[in-house]
Amino acid sequence: MSELTTLATVWLDGCSGCHMSLLDMDERLIELSSQFRLVYSPLVDRKTFPDHVDVTLVEGAVASEDDLKKIRKIREHTHILVSLGDCALTGNVSAMRNTFGVQPVMLRVYEQNADLQKQVPTVGVPALLDRVRPVHEVVPVDVFVPGCPPSADTIYQVLSELLAGKVPTLGGVAHFG
Amino acid sequence: MSAEPNVRTLTIDGEEISARSDQTILEAAREHNVDIPTLCHLEGLSEVGACRLCLVEVKGARRLLPACVTQVAEGMEVTTHNPKIDRYRTMILEMYFAERNHVCSVCVANGNCELQSLSLKLGMTHVEIPYQYPRLPVDASHPRFTVDHNRCVLCTRCVRVCSEVEGANTWGVMGRGGQSMVITDLKQPWGDSETCTSCGKCVQVCPTGALFEKTSVGSKAHKHPEFLPYLQIMREGEKP
Repeated sequence: MSELTTLATVWLDGCSGCHMSLLDMDERLIELSSQFRLVYSPLVDRKTFPDHVDVTLVEGAVASEDDLKKIRKIREHTHILVSLGDCALTGNVSAMRNTFGVQPVMLRVYEQNADLQKQVPTVGVPALLDRVRPVHEVVPVDVFVPGCPPSADTIYQVLSELLAGKVPTLGGVAHFG
Repeated sequence: MSAEPNVRTLTIDGEEISARSDQTILEAAREHNVDIPTLCHLEGLSEVGACRLCLVEVKGARRLLPACVTQVAEGMEVTTHNPKIDRYRTMILEMYFAERNHVCSVCVANGNCELQSLSLKLGMTHVEIPYQYPRLPVDASHPRFTVDHNRCVLCTRCVRVCSEVEGANTWGVMGRGGQSMVITDLKQPWGDSETCTSCGKCVQVCPTGALFEKTSVGSKAHKHPEFLPYLQIMREGEKP
């Protein structure tokens, strides 16, 4: 087992659509599962990020203090970091709040548009960063996979090439949106 | 007068070709199936050289030249693709994405956008330049059309088609540099414009989701700028 390539997937500020697209590989998941070992993911139960992971797929932008802490740790313990999807690559919908600023957005959501218990949550939730940022603005990224979400075919191509020891480039293959 | 068109011989990517002396490098290249990416250029409109994506290398010139506004010359040696040119083009494209809020996934033109297709064509997968996230208005005051400045690349196709083809001169550009914006009349709401004929030509030529018809978004938002050359041929025929 230990010779299998270890794979992790993480979910930062995104909608989980990229993970849906990952599952959308259908029966190809069975083929890949004989070559990868999924060691950390929203899809498995492990709570802490392992010390060494060969490939980590990151869905979502860096939006909170917690995301920032997580992605730095992940980068430190990952050999090949893959930015999966437009939120990780561009900020996408998550970053649309950047034009307004955190406070006005929080007030709009939790006070102006709320009917009951109007208050901005502060307990048990991580503080939001001033600006939502793409992953590569925070830590170095090795592979960029555009798409909202990237298609199952694209993800399959990326994982297959990584398994073959290549570092895939998606230029001319996939685009934003 | 039997003015034989002046012929110029030049090379594009090492291939020797002939072109009329009044042709641009872009016209000559396209006539010989050499692909040069463009964004502000549109068949049937005047050239402005605004987008810089058609930059090519001309031997002897100290900088890259925009192919759409550079006339051919005898003995010219043009290179349309090399690592330096490709790097410049990708960087220019990245600047477009970083300058305004092009959120493809929620854009009305997703799948029908020339900026998006160019990123695929030029192999751009992400943007290294920090995003600006400017706060820009959306004007939906016109009964049929909307202008979303978040998606505008300032190619000025709308300005040119409105002036050169429709003759209404509703569209213009105000401001300088990063503050530039396309405006209707004297920056009045589009719906209040007294010059706009609601012909919709600006919407059809807009390469992105900046100008769109309210009733056609998403998969229905395919634009049809190909009417322009036909319209011009028909008008040429009417001239005495």
